[in-house]
Amino acid sequence: SSHEHKSNFRKSKEACLSYIQDALLQKQWKRAAEFLTCYVESLEKDYSREHVGPSEMIWRIGTEILWHHSQSSMKEFNCFMEQMKTLGVKRYLKVCLEHVFHLLCNGQIEEAYQNLSLAESWRFGEQTAIQDKEMKLVEAYRGLLDYYSWSKQKNILLEHSEDGFSDLAVEREMHGYFRKAAVNLKEIIKIPGVWDVFVKCYVDLLEFYGDHNEARQVLNEYAYNSKFPANPNAHVYLYQFLKRQGESKKSLISALKILHDIVPSHELMIDFNTMLQKSKKRKKRRLGLEVIFATLDYAGWKENAKTWSCLARQVKQIVISEKHLDWIKQEWSSRKDWWPAFHFSRYLAKRNWQEDKSLSYEKALVAGILLGKDCKYFKYVSHQGCKAQLKRFRMLKKFVNRHNPVYLRISG
Amino acid sequence: RDFNERCAQCSEVNWGLTDGGRYYCRSCHNVTERTREVVNTDFITNSRVQTISKGSRKQEKNDGGCEWYVCEGFQLVLKKQAEALEALGVCPQMKDEILCNFWRCYLQKSKQAYCKRPAAETVKGLSACESSTDVDSDPERPSLLHLLSLSESEGDLQTDCSFASSVSKVSESTSVYSGSVDGSLYLMKNQKEKLRMTMPMTLSFCYMALLWLREPITLSELLRFVVEGHIPYLNVFQHFPEKMKLCGLDLRIFCVESWPVYEEVFNKMHELAAFLDLPRFPDITDSCFLHPDMLCMKYLMEANLPDELHNWTCRVVKKIGIGEVDFLTLMPGNKSTRKVKYDVLAAAVIVVVLKLLFLLDDHYEWLLSEFAEERNKNNTEGGPYFEFKKWYEVVKQSLDVEQKKLDEERAKYLWRCEKPLFYSVKNKSKVLKRRQMVVNLQNQFGKLSGSVRRAEKPNPSSFQLSWSEENTDGSCFHGHSLKGVLQEKCGLLTAMNPDYWLCTVKLCNEKLCGHLAHYREVEFPQSYHFVLGLFSFLLRIQPSYIHDEVCMIEHKLFNKKLYKKLKYNTVLRK
Repeated sequence: SSHEHKSNFRKSKEACLSYIQDALLQKQWKRAAEFLTCYVESLEKDYSREHVGPSEMIWRIGTEILWHHSQSSMKEFNCFMEQMKTLGVKRYLKVCLEHVFHLLCNGQIEEAYQNLSLAESWRFGEQTAIQDKEMKLVEAYRGLLDYYSWSKQKNILLEHSEDGFSDLAVEREMHGYFRKAAVNLKEIIKIPGVWDVFVKCYVDLLEFYGDHNEARQVLNEYAYNSKFPANPNAHVYLYQFLKRQGESKKSLISALKILHDIVPSHELMIDFNTMLQKSKKRKKRRLGLEVIFATLDYAGWKENAKTWSCLARQVKQIVISEKHLDWIKQEWSSRKDWWPAFHFSRYLAKRNWQEDKSLSYEKALVAGILLGKDCKYFKYVSHQGCKAQLKRFRMLKKFVNRHNPVYLRISG
Repeated sequence: RDFNERCAQCSEVNWGLTDGGRYYCRSCHNVTERTREVVNTDFITNSRVQTISKGSRKQEKNDGGCEWYVCEGFQLVLKKQAEALEALGVCPQMKDEILCNFWRCYLQKSKQAYCKRPAAETVKGLSACESSTDVDSDPERPSLLHLLSLSESEGDLQTDCSFASSVSKVSESTSVYSGSVDGSLYLMKNQKEKLRMTMPMTLSFCYMALLWLREPITLSELLRFVVEGHIPYLNVFQHFPEKMKLCGLDLRIFCVESWPVYEEVFNKMHELAAFLDLPRFPDITDSCFLHPDMLCMKYLMEANLPDELHNWTCRVVKKIGIGEVDFLTLMPGNKSTRKVKYDVLAAAVIVVVLKLLFLLDDHYEWLLSEFAEERNKNNTEGGPYFEFKKWYEVVKQSLDVEQKKLDEERAKYLWRCEKPLFYSVKNKSKVLKRRQMVVNLQNQFGKLSGSVRRAEKPNPSSFQLSWSEENTDGSCFHGHSLKGVLQEKCGLLTAMNPDYWLCTVKLCNEKLCGHLAHYREVEFPQSYHFVLGLFSFLLRIQPSYIHDEVCMIEHKLFNKKLYKKLKYNTVLRK
């Protein structure tokens, strides 16, 4: 008696699938198509117990092949997608959405819009309620395309107004698109999720029409509502909005605080540090130091002169004032084991000097303070700089030599 | 019988049918002029019974279908298979005489036809009582069969027209759904004693007929031809005539979703032979294709092994007596002898011979090979010495290529055919729509496949691997000499290898655990595994079956030594 619970039919289709998978991974579209041709008869068999049925497999695999195969056309692709829509009513909206994405990738905005409208009007008994989430997405994307149309009209209007024309028809159309877009975009961002593109567009609309309160509320919700997943971009958008609105430094700083917690290496951290350094409040200046040190923990900023200049400026200022050296000590204590190799090696000294003199200058200043005048980095750069008779390097050398005892207190 | 008139002579209602298809009274043997409509000729292999126009075939259904019985379907299948075998070169006797008679005998013994009151009649009684439509939910059907009184009268071999004549009117309200009249009956579990017909069993019939005629086709070859499509099996129902509508439970009977399994076909064949009370089959002598000496020669060639090994296989065969007529010939019903799998046996003999000469312990065979290689360098005259290493490399490479091809073919196998199958009329339109979509998708992606459309199935061939002596690259080992592994002792050529390892010291009880021994790859040397794998590929069976036969042969071969050892052990214990 055989121990096989699965028929050879099932087994051979499973094997077929693994051949398709291999072919897809190696981008052998012809071979994948060959095996898919043999797989499609699975549709005639009942797979209701399986997690992923053949109809879904065929949809996903077929999409990949048709998208990448050199001999496949958009026409064929569309035809295939229409077939897939009829295959599984439980997936109908998902298939529609994916089809729309592909159309957008291909630049067919009109067709995408038509498909979205069609999908929006779809009703199918209880499925409509079950696929509620997908429907919201469909509406949101249509809203997005409405925004896109609005944006085009807006540009036309601006052009015309420059030329001195006023175009009522265009204006009316523009407002029409605004209304349609706003309705759908507003709806989707109510649901907890990551909706960056929708939020940006919606805020853009609101700002244009002067509804700053609504915009602020939307951005606050998006950034601070705990139901929404933690999203650094939300804080970035809020910050940018506040900046545009000319808000006080205080509110700008509070907007960036959380961003520092989530993404310490974010590019806005440089602006953040600049603001904090200038603050009158001691706590803020302390935070500034913490922020800039944290940014330089990440490899992405190693060669960024601006970042180093921020750190250098603050460190220099502290050293000169002789107040708050303990701040530097605190920040340095967790870094002294690895920063020297990470930033201040002799190799890097040579390279930085060759590639970017300003960078090497700023770094040498920091190195000189943190590691003393005898550290490899400082010695090399300052020597090179003096040899090249660059004034600022001579000044740098003098400065570090003068404040060398500081290093001893820091490293203690 | 639906002829209820009273006999003119004796006023009884007890009718039978003459050869000419006329009703006759059983009580007084009065023959009437009334005739009965007869089964359509299409369904019967070689009869030429005329259809009689009086009274059409039982209720032509609205959809143009007619009533048909499951065994009629199987009869058609067998006919197709026999025709295919004939096209492959099997003698026409097989189809016209042997298979036909086996089939008729089966029908009679299983009371499906050719007897007074065949089992199909009970369908009426059952369907009237049954209310559930789901066969699955009620596997252990209470045997209404036993409740109805069946007169198990002796069946005389009537003419072919007895099919329809002996069946009573089937109730129109058959609630268990099938296109055939007795589809539901077929799937009932209590048919065990009667050896219910299945698709794999059609191959058992074929094999039985082939064995009777001692045709040069082994069971493994037959099954391979089936998978390759040379013998109708998968989707054979598409050759049924239009009028025979297939639906519902018929699908479970006639639609195949797995390739036939050697063991299953083999065992069923023996059950069948016993069930039909067949006498001793024609003798398998040493001039028959199925004799181990012959099959070994074939397999040695196919495995690219030296012809000289044949002497050794013959010696082993002779020594353990598996070449004897009585051992090889099938005696149905004899439960004490082990049933012979000719192909597996021959392959196992070769494996044993290889073990005798090369030991195959992942060590000695390579040593011998190196030794032969050295001697080959200085060897100028005569054929080269056989080098195991070279052989392994050549064969492995080919085997890997063929195995890869086979795996791909299996993955690309198309199971469905044009003829749509639906479980019930209700889902007919859905099925047709699906079929249409499948065809569309096949066209769409077929065009993107780039390569040529699936080639026509290759011609059936008996050899899967072939090696030509004309190849100058030395990849054919048939003519190689075994001198490198043999030595002369007292005028006899013996193996240089003094050792042998047994696959197993004790054989299992086959009836209890299904195997003589248990094959786990990791417990045996790689070379042994390779050799098993080679024949496993050629015969398309699991290596464990070959392993079983190897164990069996070894135990016969070393019987005395083993026996002595056991005896010695018992003596010690005392």
